[in-house]
Amino acid sequence: MLSQGIVTVSYIIATILFILALGGLSNQETARRGNWYGIIGMTIALLATIFGVVERHYEILFVALLIGGSLGVILARRVQMTQMPELVAVLHSLVGAAAVAVGYANFMDPGRLSHFTGVELTIHDIETYLGILIGAVTFSGSVIAFGKLSGRIGGKPLTLPGRHLFNLGLLLGAIWFGREFVLQSATGSGMEPLIIMTVIALLFGIHMVVAIGGADMPVVVSMLNSYSGWAASATGFMLGNDLLIVTGALVGSSGAILSYIMCRAMNRKFIAVIAGGFGTGGGASASSSEEDQGEVVPIDAHETAALLLEAKEVMIIPGYGMAVAQAQHTVYEITKALRAKKINVRFGIHPVAGRMPGHMNVLLAEAKIPYDIVFEMDEINENFPEIDVSIVIGANDIVNPSALTDPDSPIAGMPVLECWNGKTSVVLKRSMATGYAGVQNPLFFKDNTRMLFGDAKETLDEVLKAI
Amino acid sequence: MNIGVPREIHDGEHRVATTPDVAAQLIKLGYHVAIESQAGVAANYSDDSYRAAGCKVTTADNIWSHSQLILKVRAPENGETEKLSAGQTLISFLWPAQNPELVKELTHRGVTAMAMDSVPRISRAQKMDALSSMANIAGYRAIVEAAQHFGRFFTGQITAAGRVPPAIIMVIGAGVAGLAAIGAAKSMGAIVRAFDTRPEVKEQVESMDADFLMLDFEENEDGSGEGGYAKTMSKEFIDAEMALFREQAKEVDIIITTALIPGRPAPKLIMTDMVHSMKDGSVIIDLAAEQGGNCELTEADKVVKTENGVSIIGYTDLPSRMASQSSQLYATNLRHLLTDMTPEKDGNIVNNFDDEVVRGATVCKDGEITYPPPAPKLSAAPKKVEVIPTPVVVKERQSVMGPFIGATMGGLALLGLGAVAPESFMAHFTVFVLACFVGYMVIWNVSPALHTPLMSVTNAISSIIVIGALLQISAANATIMWIAAATVLLTSINITGGFAVTHRMLEMFRR
Repeated sequence: MLSQGIVTVSYIIATILFILALGGLSNQETARRGNWYGIIGMTIALLATIFGVVERHYEILFVALLIGGSLGVILARRVQMTQMPELVAVLHSLVGAAAVAVGYANFMDPGRLSHFTGVELTIHDIETYLGILIGAVTFSGSVIAFGKLSGRIGGKPLTLPGRHLFNLGLLLGAIWFGREFVLQSATGSGMEPLIIMTVIALLFGIHMVVAIGGADMPVVVSMLNSYSGWAASATGFMLGNDLLIVTGALVGSSGAILSYIMCRAMNRKFIAVIAGGFGTGGGASASSSEEDQGEVVPIDAHETAALLLEAKEVMIIPGYGMAVAQAQHTVYEITKALRAKKINVRFGIHPVAGRMPGHMNVLLAEAKIPYDIVFEMDEINENFPEIDVSIVIGANDIVNPSALTDPDSPIAGMPVLECWNGKTSVVLKRSMATGYAGVQNPLFFKDNTRMLFGDAKETLDEVLKAI
Repeated sequence: MNIGVPREIHDGEHRVATTPDVAAQLIKLGYHVAIESQAGVAANYSDDSYRAAGCKVTTADNIWSHSQLILKVRAPENGETEKLSAGQTLISFLWPAQNPELVKELTHRGVTAMAMDSVPRISRAQKMDALSSMANIAGYRAIVEAAQHFGRFFTGQITAAGRVPPAIIMVIGAGVAGLAAIGAAKSMGAIVRAFDTRPEVKEQVESMDADFLMLDFEENEDGSGEGGYAKTMSKEFIDAEMALFREQAKEVDIIITTALIPGRPAPKLIMTDMVHSMKDGSVIIDLAAEQGGNCELTEADKVVKTENGVSIIGYTDLPSRMASQSSQLYATNLRHLLTDMTPEKDGNIVNNFDDEVVRGATVCKDGEITYPPPAPKLSAAPKKVEVIPTPVVVKERQSVMGPFIGATMGGLALLGLGAVAPESFMAHFTVFVLACFVGYMVIWNVSPALHTPLMSVTNAISSIIVIGALLQISAANATIMWIAAATVLLTSINITGGFAVTHRMLEMFRR
């Protein structure tokens, strides 16, 4: 049995290692080391707790750890890189569920009333209540997000009439039952309001994510990431454990910053995303830009290949369509072929391309595309005038010029990749359907844009053959 | 259907209306192609190469009498018109506005005539826009001619034998020809300035790394006319323009003028006094010579040498001076038109007047004059979209007081909390607030490419909540113990899953 002092020191070391882990992710060279810091920190924290705090039931503990741990490894090994958003959502839901379970277990501990009295008991109850609340929202929200990302639930935002009132009602209900819970808990009961509140929180989580459209998924995923952190933090308060508080706060602020970055990349207000219903108000104004569309110029795979071979500077702009068609490996082959011919191929990534922050980078990395030719929108946008050919693979809203030119557009003011400033853009698309924002894209009608219709993977395979 | 391509009989015309490559593609469309002997020799296409492509090489008389479709470069002249008969279709440059007599004669003979110069300037018809093809070549060739007559380098050099200043070139009119000239001059290393009355071309000029000369002019007059061409400007504008040219003439070494207004004589832009103010050895290339010239001293098809040593070149046959290139582009333009007019690919031409391009190009048909066509629906440079792409700046006006109010409220809330909360809570709270700040500072440094690994690693870390379950697993109460065990199981999935998948992803990132 380790002494309390050693446990505390271990926690401090774990905390520092966690901070180093997040810091290590600031660039690719140190990222792997960062991940190892995280693993070591977690191991130290676990060992210190198991040998310093746990008194009995070791056999159950180790069986649970073993089963859970192997499940996790299997999951991580099996997952397709295109399914990363789903996996992340599932993992978030587990943290949420854990927070709820720990909260309930803590509440059921009869020692609670003897440890705390007066204000301390009230604060402790509020902490428990908050931990369960956030945990439940995270859990149900993540489950729905998983359903949406994996296509089990439709991607269209569900907008109930009076949904803001509904949310407000849920919030007021949660506050009311919180008060009830604190009052009853002092007398030893309080299970009922706690359960009612959990149901309310679950409902709120479901409703929140159901109301959010597919294009806003990156925000949702990073927001749930943030929530899972706050849930851990609240649990830390409840248990009086600084390690949990610090780690939870780190994760919470990390997720919050990611959400903020995603919102900024779409020029959307965080509140507006959460309130949901993207693309619903856009219908009327979108029609205004339809008059001056003109005609699209189609192109076939052979012409595209010829175009690429003549170019000196090629920019590839991947979108969710590339992930859907699993075309990243073909893209890599094309990139390799072109680079062998001394053609400078680069990738331009919009922050919200895909369904998760950094989704495209992971897919490209999976396809062995070197990360030093993959650039962020801000790094690359002013280079477009030098680009001979831009290839847009299954992306729409992130290359929509009306975001800059049409103040009435639902996506007005959103920063976009300005590929139309290049000499030629080739847009790979299955059809002329609009993107998630439901906005027609004037890019397709520009003189220097060519449309290559068909499944991204098949057409790119043909292009590769022609090269 | 038989396509006939006669030799161009215009004096000094070297181009030919089809090349062996294009002829082969026309044959694929189902046509029989016959070409007059020696028609392509001046453009470096031998009779044998046409034969190899599957054409019949024959005499002029055979061509004119046996072809349903005649392809030419220049409008028919010197008795060529007389060889045409009813039912035949002629496609060539015709300039119907300038040659009403010719149009009348063709109509009278019952010929269907299509003018390549009348193909409407719409996006779809760009591939058949022979005017642009020829203008492109003319612009390029103008620089070649200028280099020929200019006694110095274009590019600046520092050599052991001394410093060579770069040539300064001014291009007036940044249409297709102007832009081609800018590109050619730039690539030879000259300093290029360009002027145009249409403000929207400023971007195009600057995209070619040339300077756009701005007018010192109050009113914002837009010189864009219908179909992407320029229009006549007001007197004040022209005065300002002249002042600019007068000033530039003293500085620049070479002037290329390409200013044309459709259906009117070319505007006079370079006056005699400007020419006299230019440096000895300077060159003026006047691409508008055929329409009277942009320079007062221009003589069509001649090189004029002024007293102060300025060469003024008024060649009107610049495309013909690059006959091989221009024949190839012109033939391809023709082929695109014929591809569109042969929807069945059966060698039969369909003159569909619902097609805007066919309608626009057809000058006469079935004994009736069909020129001018109805106004085109779409301009090549749609004003609405491209003229001023001002970026929309969506900015919320932020109140100066906003942050202060927020900070004050936050501070008060904290004070209130500190007043009632016990010591132990405040200790934890301090840790919490500091941790939030540390997280804030650290996360901003994360590269956007690593956002997904960041999420999975934070996810793994947030399962530190397992500590909570570990604290409870030793409880005597069986329910609590089992709940805790289940939580350990769930979170350990998360721990190993999160770290493992992060590791897997990071392994994939490589240079």
